[in-house]
Amino acid sequence: MTAIDTPSTKNVGITRLRKEDAHLITGQTNWTDNLQLTGMLHVALVRSPMAHAKVTSVDVSAALDQPGVVAAFTGADLADNWAAGLPCAWPVTPDMVSPTHLPIATDEVRYVGDAVAVVVAQSKYQAADAVEFVEVEYEPLPAVVNMEAAIADGSPLADTTLETNKSFTWQKIDGEIDDAFDGAAHITTRRFVNQRLIPTAIEPRSVVCSPPREHAEYTMWSTTQVPHILRLMLALTCGVPEQELRVIAPDVGGGFGSKLNVYAEEALLLVLARKLRKPVKWTETRSEGYQATCHGRDQVQDLSIAFNEDHTIRGLKVELLADMGAYLQLVTPGVPILGAFMFNSIYKMDALSFTCHGIFTNKTPTDAYRGAGRPEATYGIERLIDEAANELGVEPFELREKNWIKHEEFPYTTIAGIEYDSGNYEAATARAKELFDYDGLRAEQVERRASGDPVQLGIGISTFTEMCGLAPSRVLGSLSYGAGGWEHASVRMLPSGKAEVVTGTSPHGQGHVTSWSQIASDALGVPYEDIEVRHGDTAIAHKGMDTYGSRSLVVGGYAVQVACDKVIAKARKVAAHLLEAAEDDLEFDGGTFSVKGSPDVSTTIQDISLAVFAAHDYPEDMEPSLDSDATVDPENFSYPHGTHLCATEVDTETGEVTIRKYVAVDDIGKVINPQIVEGQIHGGLAQGIAQALWEEAVYDEQGNLKTGSLLDYYVPSAADMPHFDLDRTETPATTNPLGVKGVGEAGTIASTPAVINAVVDALRPMGVNDVLMPASPSNVWNAIQAASAGNTDGGAA
Amino acid sequence: MIPATFEYVRPSSIDEAVAALAEHGDEAKLLAGGHSLLPLMKLRLAAPEVVIDLGRVDGLRGVSEVGDGRLAIGAMTPHYKVMADPLIREHCGVLADVTAKVGDAQVRHRGTIGGALAHGDSAGDLPAVLLALGGSVIAQGPGGTREIEAADFFVDYLTTALSDDELVTEVRVPKLVGDWGWRYEKFSRVAQAWAIVGALGMVKRSNGHIEEARVGLTNMGTRPVRCTATEDAIRGQSPDAIEDAAAHASDGTSPSSDLNATAEFRQHLARVLTKRALTAAVG
Ligand SMILES: Cc1cc2nc3c(=O)[nH]c(=O)nc-3n(C[C@H](O)[C@H](O)[C@H](O)COP(=O)(O)OP(=O)(O)OC[C@H]3O[C@@H](n4cnc5c(N)ncnc54)[C@H](O)[C@@H]3O)c2cc1C
Repeated sequence: MTAIDTPSTKNVGITRLRKEDAHLITGQTNWTDNLQLTGMLHVALVRSPMAHAKVTSVDVSAALDQPGVVAAFTGADLADNWAAGLPCAWPVTPDMVSPTHLPIATDEVRYVGDAVAVVVAQSKYQAADAVEFVEVEYEPLPAVVNMEAAIADGSPLADTTLETNKSFTWQKIDGEIDDAFDGAAHITTRRFVNQRLIPTAIEPRSVVCSPPREHAEYTMWSTTQVPHILRLMLALTCGVPEQELRVIAPDVGGGFGSKLNVYAEEALLLVLARKLRKPVKWTETRSEGYQATCHGRDQVQDLSIAFNEDHTIRGLKVELLADMGAYLQLVTPGVPILGAFMFNSIYKMDALSFTCHGIFTNKTPTDAYRGAGRPEATYGIERLIDEAANELGVEPFELREKNWIKHEEFPYTTIAGIEYDSGNYEAATARAKELFDYDGLRAEQVERRASGDPVQLGIGISTFTEMCGLAPSRVLGSLSYGAGGWEHASVRMLPSGKAEVVTGTSPHGQGHVTSWSQIASDALGVPYEDIEVRHGDTAIAHKGMDTYGSRSLVVGGYAVQVACDKVIAKARKVAAHLLEAAEDDLEFDGGTFSVKGSPDVSTTIQDISLAVFAAHDYPEDMEPSLDSDATVDPENFSYPHGTHLCATEVDTETGEVTIRKYVAVDDIGKVINPQIVEGQIHGGLAQGIAQALWEEAVYDEQGNLKTGSLLDYYVPSAADMPHFDLDRTETPATTNPLGVKGVGEAGTIASTPAVINAVVDALRPMGVNDVLMPASPSNVWNAIQAASAGNTDGGAA
Repeated sequence: MIPATFEYVRPSSIDEAVAALAEHGDEAKLLAGGHSLLPLMKLRLAAPEVVIDLGRVDGLRGVSEVGDGRLAIGAMTPHYKVMADPLIREHCGVLADVTAKVGDAQVRHRGTIGGALAHGDSAGDLPAVLLALGGSVIAQGPGGTREIEAADFFVDYLTTALSDDELVTEVRVPKLVGDWGWRYEKFSRVAQAWAIVGALGMVKRSNGHIEEARVGLTNMGTRPVRCTATEDAIRGQSPDAIEDAAAHASDGTSPSSDLNATAEFRQHLARVLTKRALTAAVG
């Protein structure tokens, strides 16, 4: 028998039905809004109906007279309760301008939805009724809604306490950018717009906070992705000692970045619980959330790419206007600057200049939304490459292949200065073309064009990469981010031989309980069913950096693996002691330690757990414990990539776009659970396609949100989705022991440009070179009309 | 999403309902399926003091033959029953087919034909079909009952010819006689959404010609639209006439501009969709 020193794989790589689902689909869920505490009061906010105004008076006295009303406060009443404004943890430049952001505004409101007062009542109905009795007088101020107007001379200010509408200008130049453009044989220049989006997690936000009872601590339940960050930040904002605050993220129904924040209502409920000494609850309505929960994207991109005669890329210039909205939330300014590392994407070039201006407007603050900065960058570069290919008269794949990093060139340090550890763009592309029948569809496209059919066929390509697994702490430090990117896990072996895995990640739909169980089961040799994964409660998982940026598996799963390895190292010592063998003479497989050559002389992890619990007989040089803690800090990001292909049918008479075929071949490294991966890709594709075709947050000139409910903001449903043909290629990540790269955002990042490239490709013979997103019938029709009038850019400029 | 406080009344007969309406007048709102009324109340765009629930009123559901070549449909008949009803399928299949395009399964199980028409929303799918069919509604009030032709029923945006003390008890549609074909082209942004524009084309075929045609448009103004210019232009013609006739579909319309479409684009869509609907209707 050969010695096997690594446990055989029994769980990792196979589909296990999700442990989470039984309770989720049978109504056993523990949503924050389901929580009922004795004596709990209900909170409703009075929100500004104006985008920008001076608040001249707020009178809550009539509201206090309403049935069931227990308290009502104005911003001024609460002003002394804040130790600091709501935090922005990412001051991207030393001179970044950041307005003070109080949870309840005092004398100026800066977007529709900015809160001006709060009512607390015995029932949520009474609270909602009493809101109508709060009298607020506003003196309207000019609203700033358009970024270019905001930075034009003489623009009114979005915040009258500031001297500018510009928060920051962040710049990074790599290589000799002027040389790259001066000597270019061809330059393609375009402006693209990434519209504003509303994340729309299926569970609206909700917060419950109870004052200290038997323990001297406040307990907050919140629909958050980031209980650990929230605990620290609320301690700082509200002046509550950190050890006296426990934050729990119970079942959380999606986030997509919109719950990666420290919100006014969270700070407010902590302060109300402290003032009133009663548990309090607030749950947003959908329309309220559309105003008061962070939006995403909203970026105008001016891009130029310079080529040599042979079509190799010389350099890329990127200049962005990024809409911050009215305030800087947790990571608002950091989102667009992630593009500095991503606009070059999979392509080699000699120079890259990246400039980003963060702009204030009187709109809901923006922040991370699935992909955060990388979808914007990927959209920009993948659209630009298609436009350049068209101008150069070459096949879009040919231009990509000529410039992408070849498989044999990995690891490759990009022009932006980060090292892509692994990847194989050729393999993913070959597989995608095959699944798609690329040549067949191109041939059909030629026929369709010739036939003059009003419904034209377009083919769109997206050969994307992204950086995820956020992130090496030192790199985050160099980007002025306020925290690190490590992750923590611990394993507790129980006397009965079962295991508890505690993770610092905070799942809200991703299936960590299942995937972490699979990893731990293989690593510990404990059956999958015997593993319980605990998370999302700062009293149980005391340490963590939470869940966002496709980081959980890459960093958190890695921590679980290391914590399990530490348990096994301790168990090996005990096994050697009990079996009276040398540690080196033991082999470990499937939970059993046995002496090499004498398989009958063995003991199991379960027996060892019990022995260590009894502690009657254990090695002298160790404590009687198999438990372990691991905090891992990745040395690099991970770089999933893939090739997505989309075929659209575009009805040139009505502007209607229908997706005929969608192929996604992703390389996300090793896979723990194929079905979970598929689910993540499906959901990601749905959101990315939704940006391309349906979703847009629209404001009018006064700063009113016109798409204020699901009636006007088009979130597609399953019925709108095409069939997805998925496959994977695999180049394992080299920077974590699991070889995983992360999959949470890949579908979203890749799909938006694939769809728009397909729409533009369908309309190219009509002279259309761009279509504004979303490619709604009206935007498509406008692009066709404009092209026939000689304007080819779809309206972006 | 929390409505203002209201009083709730649940009559069990039409007379009781009429009496309740008479008592509370314009402070009251009738509740049918609630799928138009309740969203308005939850957004506090409507805040009736009294809600009169028609859910338990006897005799407001079901389909029957009236005897004069028409079908009578109880006002409280939910959409999914209309879609499945054998009499409607046999004699007025177009109504079943258009109703099948209303909202989603939940909406079709709660929403009623009476509510959908009484709401008077020209963006709803049913007003245009009632108009194209030349149907009518039966209204009952303290003074008795009266029949209101579809052409007179839809008065303005969310406004019908009903007075505050009347309710719709019945909807009447003709039984279609002859070789009719139809298609409802509903153009919307996502599956199961409201129509940006809808075009209903109906044709009665005879010897390769169009003996008669009906065209109704959804969401092309404050009221549903019947395109008589297009109908007249193809009556007695071969299907080749459709293309030119459809070019008149938007004549005289004044649709609104909103996030989905400008008025101009709506008119363009009305022409394209009418052409497609009539072409498909001819078969
Ligand atoms: C998500 C959603 C999607 C929808 N999509 C569509 C769609 O695609 N197409 C479409 O056509 N409709 C759509 N609807 C509307 C749906 O068809 C409604 O059910 C219908 O418009 C109103 O019918 P109701 O029975 O629900 O009426 P209610 O909402 O109960 O009442 C509507 C109005 O009519 C009055 N009323 C009701 N019954 C009577 C009566 N018998 N006599 C006098 N007045 C009466 C009420 O007082 C109220 O003012 C949608 C609704 C929802 C919620």
